[in-house]
Amino acid sequence: MNSTQTALQFELDRRSFWKSLSLFDWFWGLLVMLATAYGYTRYAELMDVYEELILVATGASLIALGWHWKAVRLLSLAVFLLSIFGISRYVNGLVDAQTDFFLKFLVSSQSAIMWMSALYVLATVTYFASFVARAEFVAKVASAMTWSATTMGLVGLMVRWRESYIIGLDVGHIPVSNLYEVFILFSIITALLYLFYERRYQTRVLGGFVLLVISAAVAFLLWYAFDRNAADIQPLVPALKSYWMKIHVPANFIGYGAFALAAMVATAYLIRQKAERGAANGLAMTLPELEILGDLMYKSIALGFAFFTLATILGALWAAEAWGGYWSWDPKETWALIVWLNYAAWLHMRLSMGWRGSPMAWWAIIGLFVTLFAFLGVNMFLSGLHSYGEL
Amino acid sequence: MNNQSSVPAKPTALLLKFLGSMNLAITLLVALSIAAIIGTVLQQNQPYTDYIIKFGPFWFEVFQALALYDVYSSSWFLLILFFLVISTSTCIYRNTPTMLREMREYKQNIQLKTLQNYSNSDSWQLSCSMAEAQDVVQKLLPHNGYSARLKEQSGHTLVSGMKGGGSRLGYIFTHLSIVLICLGGLIDGNAILKAREMLGHIVPETRNLPANEVPSISHLSASNPSFRGSVSVPEGSRTDVTFINYRDGYLVQNLPFSIEVKDFRIEHYRSGQPKSFESDLVVHDERLAEPLKQTISVNHPLIYDGYAIYQASFSDGGSEVNFLAWPLSGGGEQATLVNTKVGEGLKMTSFEQPWVLETSNFRLFNINPSEDPAKKFKNIGPSVQFKMRNKLGEAKEYLNYMLPVEREGAYYYLSGMRASPADEFKYLYIPVDEAGGIERFMRYLNALSDASLIRQIVAKQGLTSSPLPLQESAQLNEAMVLLAGVFVEKGMQGVVEQVEENVPLEKRDEVAKLYVRVLQQLLAAVYVEVLAEEGVDVSLGIDEKRAVFFDAAAAAIGAIGRYGSPVYLQLTNFKHHQASGLQIARAPGKNLVYPGCGLLVLGVFLMFYAPQRRIWAWLEPTEQGVKLLLAGHASKNKMDFAKQYQQLRDQVDRVLTS
Repeated sequence: MNSTQTALQFELDRRSFWKSLSLFDWFWGLLVMLATAYGYTRYAELMDVYEELILVATGASLIALGWHWKAVRLLSLAVFLLSIFGISRYVNGLVDAQTDFFLKFLVSSQSAIMWMSALYVLATVTYFASFVARAEFVAKVASAMTWSATTMGLVGLMVRWRESYIIGLDVGHIPVSNLYEVFILFSIITALLYLFYERRYQTRVLGGFVLLVISAAVAFLLWYAFDRNAADIQPLVPALKSYWMKIHVPANFIGYGAFALAAMVATAYLIRQKAERGAANGLAMTLPELEILGDLMYKSIALGFAFFTLATILGALWAAEAWGGYWSWDPKETWALIVWLNYAAWLHMRLSMGWRGSPMAWWAIIGLFVTLFAFLGVNMFLSGLHSYGEL
Repeated sequence: MNNQSSVPAKPTALLLKFLGSMNLAITLLVALSIAAIIGTVLQQNQPYTDYIIKFGPFWFEVFQALALYDVYSSSWFLLILFFLVISTSTCIYRNTPTMLREMREYKQNIQLKTLQNYSNSDSWQLSCSMAEAQDVVQKLLPHNGYSARLKEQSGHTLVSGMKGGGSRLGYIFTHLSIVLICLGGLIDGNAILKAREMLGHIVPETRNLPANEVPSISHLSASNPSFRGSVSVPEGSRTDVTFINYRDGYLVQNLPFSIEVKDFRIEHYRSGQPKSFESDLVVHDERLAEPLKQTISVNHPLIYDGYAIYQASFSDGGSEVNFLAWPLSGGGEQATLVNTKVGEGLKMTSFEQPWVLETSNFRLFNINPSEDPAKKFKNIGPSVQFKMRNKLGEAKEYLNYMLPVEREGAYYYLSGMRASPADEFKYLYIPVDEAGGIERFMRYLNALSDASLIRQIVAKQGLTSSPLPLQESAQLNEAMVLLAGVFVEKGMQGVVEQVEENVPLEKRDEVAKLYVRVLQQLLAAVYVEVLAEEGVDVSLGIDEKRAVFFDAAAAAIGAIGRYGSPVYLQLTNFKHHQASGLQIARAPGKNLVYPGCGLLVLGVFLMFYAPQRRIWAWLEPTEQGVKLLLAGHASKNKMDFAKQYQQLRDQVDRVLTS
């Protein structure tokens, strides 16, 4: 074989996806499969065929995600270990949360969520500090805080899942059933989306902006927990007892998280644009270039739109099973449609008409308010079939 | 495109251009959003009376003319949807041929100049052979995900690569799905019903009638292909109709089979909240060999012959209730037994007046927030709701709880009363005696209406502050009896009115104060007498519990005047019958909507994540070896493509210049 052939073979081997997987990748993939199999065999009687399908699909998706975004492997391992640890400390029932040291201060669901909240807020401050000081190290600390916060948030949800079963076998459910739980989910998903793009675009400068919306969510859920005892685990109303909740709700929040991220990137876009039109020096110029920010906005909205479409359709299919029809023009359904139409219009303008620039940024920010109304406003101000998360 | 102004455009071409234009599409999307918002802020499909109360007669008419009470079936909303379908269809019609062509086209006739002008373009002068360079290119392109085609021309060879044709398919899928979903939704919506109503074929019924008495113009035959109706079926009975709420009334939808509810069950959590409810159904259909049995619950409907039968709600199915009717005007009458059923109107006579007892609801559980910090909710037991209608046809509504409820350490029977559905219930608290019943309260009430007893007590206890001559003393005694009677009948308010009617202005204040003081003493004295008759030792005064009882009893008696019923109906026994709330729907449009949804999701993901990219490798033999020009193009996601192109370019570079 001559040198060209050797070089060619080298390239072909190098880029092969399967060959690029490390030993750790395989080991981790095996762990996920074992955990999925364990869950399947252990809890098969409690699950119907759809839930078993969801379990297997979750395992497969986790492996795919972890192999493409390597950080997920460590995240999932940390969440797994801490959650199992937390669950193992519950020996005498929920009272242990008051007496056991580790539960009380670290891994009971409420403690973990408090850690998550504190770390997200700290991360926001740290990101902004790194932005102002233009200090890379501080930015790395902020990233680490965000990862930690996300880990603790996921641990909180996992342990909460178990706690609901400790209350009673018929009370237990996946913790995405009310406004409190989904706010935690929202914070985690938005943070994960941000961390993904942070690595993709190799910049930590947008951290403060995105973490701001997460901090707002954290502020809300803390108020809700302390003022309205929202953290108490309630049994599910009959309409929510369905495998649909496991897919409709998370898909929706990938949508909401992506839209929130796009809106904050749009804010950064406008700030940078203003700086460019002015003196073109200063802090704002450390933000990524407008073309990159615009591209990130588009990518985020595209991802959010794809999952939001899926979530709305899943909701319609669920409604057909629970409420007597796939569409009732219920206020929540209608506002979901309005959000969908809004971003469909945004994407049409960008993809078909080639629109760029500040109008699109403003539109993305307004889109967040439309989304917020569909998410919260409908529950607060309008009535309908969907009032599972009333204030 | 008609750029030459001298050639006039054909009208059909212009129309197509307008209908397929992006501006129209965006305008329609925005218009649809705004129209949809209206339906969320204005509650839809409420009874017209609610709207009249809310908006007043003028705005009610305005909104009605704009069809805002049923926006999503209104003609203008459907028009917007119609135009959206037309616009989308035009887009599909105009763009599909191009899309399909682009998907399959490898652009193998592209010119060298075009390739050189692309921003992603590099060239090399290589010393290897044509065959080798071609081999490398043909291996690296698939390795990077491109499918490649070779075309040999005179003087050069062109390898054309393409990936991501799926995005073009995605475009077709997403837009086609919108058309399918809108068409399916139209079939399943109200539009057909509205059309039939406009043609005069059907008229909604507004009166409260049993289904078999509703005139046939408000009936829909079993061949109606799509509808959504609800029906309440008591346990043990069956139905062959369902009711569709339509505008300000309803329509009766006949079913080709009958549904029997054999049993209905609610399971509760320990906290008392409902956990699940389910019905055992039996479907009787001539076309079946034997009846179909199935249990349905929320999230688990029965699908039969294209009909979907859902467990939607539940209500009372004609529970039998037994009351003890305690007369509230004294006079010593005994309590009588009254037996009736929920949903019935029972004629009764009380104090020689005709009354009608209309029992409307019975609830087995009443879960209220608990003050006990250990439990979040407390079940205070069964309750019954009814109206008492007098001979003039006026009625007040009552809500009586079967079990006594605790308040501040003492127990009371609660009876809620409201004069109109818009009001909140106001509660009468009847205190419970040590035996756990209301006998002492009733005795006390009777005692206050017992004239001779009151005369005795007044005489015995000398309630007036100074001794009076015999005649005036007698007058005062009578006044006391009268006062007690007024108090029992109309409460303290009645006493005050009595003063206002009979006493001149200057003396009113003084007399009122006197009356109140004397009345209070009288009330206490009668109470003590009642206790003494019971055998309670009152020589050392009254203990706290009995004092609390006295306060509550006096307050309750004072309120009887406003109670509005001649009797207090104490619920003593019941036989609970439940009715299952079923929703029955037929939605053939879902055969278009569901595939449309699938297409939509697939199409959206394809459009974003399989964007079309092209790579070309132009190979020309030279004296030294080969000239290679590599170029790439993507119409969307150019930033990402630039990176990918760089990677491919670097690979080519590494291999061929090693």
